[in-house]
Amino acid sequence: MLKILKYSFYDLLRSRWAYAYFLFYLILGFVLLFLNGDLSKAVITLMNLIIILVPLISTIFGVMYFYSSREFTELLLAQPVRRDAIFLGQYLGITGTLASGLLLGLGIPFVAYGLFQSNEIYDFITLIVSGLALTFIFTGLAFNIAVRNENRIRGFGYAVLLWLFMAVVYDGLFLLTLIIFEEYPLDHFSLSATVFNPIDLSRILILLKLDISALLGYTGAVFKNFLGTKSGIFISCLALLSWIVIPLWTFMRKSRKKDF
Amino acid sequence: MIRVSGLEKKFGRQTVLNGIELDIAEGGIYAILGPNGSGKTTLIKCILGLTHPNEGEIFIHDKAVRGKWKYRNAINYLPQIANFPENLRVKELFSMIKDIRQSPGRDERLIEIFNLEPYLNKKLSTLSGGTVQKVNLVLTFMFDSPIVILDEPTSGLDPLAMLKLKELIRQERAAGKTLIITTHIMQFVEEVSDRIVYLLEGKIYYSGSVQGLLEKTQQQDLEHAIAHITKQELYA
Repeated sequence: MLKILKYSFYDLLRSRWAYAYFLFYLILGFVLLFLNGDLSKAVITLMNLIIILVPLISTIFGVMYFYSSREFTELLLAQPVRRDAIFLGQYLGITGTLASGLLLGLGIPFVAYGLFQSNEIYDFITLIVSGLALTFIFTGLAFNIAVRNENRIRGFGYAVLLWLFMAVVYDGLFLLTLIIFEEYPLDHFSLSATVFNPIDLSRILILLKLDISALLGYTGAVFKNFLGTKSGIFISCLALLSWIVIPLWTFMRKSRKKDF
Repeated sequence: MIRVSGLEKKFGRQTVLNGIELDIAEGGIYAILGPNGSGKTTLIKCILGLTHPNEGEIFIHDKAVRGKWKYRNAINYLPQIANFPENLRVKELFSMIKDIRQSPGRDERLIEIFNLEPYLNKKLSTLSGGTVQKVNLVLTFMFDSPIVILDEPTSGLDPLAMLKLKELIRQERAAGKTLIITTHIMQFVEEVSDRIVYLLEGKIYYSGSVQGLLEKTQQQDLEHAIAHITKQELYA
């Protein structure tokens, strides 16, 4: 599997967009920090951006990479290599590239600004960890879409729809439900609805970490009660982890049975 | 060497292989023939584990291959449509496959045979169809494996390359290897093959020597014999 990972990486590092992704974060990080001069404000701005952008880029590049490496996959499948190794290697290749783009792109400006001397280091770590989790989650979901759709246009369509649903439509439906059922106690509903969307979950996690949950009013207090405790953090991390593991598992299962 | 037993494969409602029974002994050249869509490529892909059969088993060296992967060390495969990663250069492709198979390979001699030196530093996406096929052939014959499977090896080759390919195939047979070839060029089959397997609508219609088929169909040459079977099927 390490060999596949090596060649996957090698192939990805030749394409320009991997560098563009890294440079984008690098420039963004520097601009935000040095023009703003406030670490926690920069973290909040980045949070708003990352929870939308990371899923979008991961989904699009995930589908794109899976389709464009189809030739490579077919070549490898006829070699004495385990099928699981081929597909896991490719998944780790693309997530590794995207994750290092994010980590280095934001890490370098923050370290240069003096992150290690500040108290905001834990906020920054929360931000990066959710960014990385979202990368793994949405690449996994994208691979699931790509392996099930031979038609590339349709695959791309589904990928964009998935992102749109998770990033925009879900929140709309969520709000709509809250308004329609405003007579009823909804804390448990909103808590579970949040857990079922990794984007919302990451957003709430970062907000709680930044200690601005008071802005969320009563619901914020409920969330803080739940997620602020050890078991709350444990449950939300478990939710994020299952968002990574379950799509990866279904993808591997499907790829094992696929005919080429 | 290779035993196929009760092999069935359906793609959706379409049955492509319908109960294939086949025994391929060690050594010699087997030509798998049949009209378009008769299941030749699917049969080969089942042997390689690229496609999963719905029913039946395939044994190589008396071991069932379903879900296994190490047995592919014993097989060299030339795919019908050569799809290579486009960003790679020819040289890099060769060294990558050698690295993955962890085997030295004898690519230098093959590069010379097919005159590929001028193309070694070119990207695969810039090569012509015939040149890609030559690259494909080098990759296939690079390793010393007991089984060689060639799916339409002649496509896009110029006459000189074709001669060299035949020469190469004869050398492999002389080395005691088992070759399985699919092609539509009957002259090629008559020249090189020891046995033929004729597939029709997912079943084996005939398996035996070329001479035997000529006698069965009462035709002068293989081309007419094959045409005769296909026509019979069409008007049956």
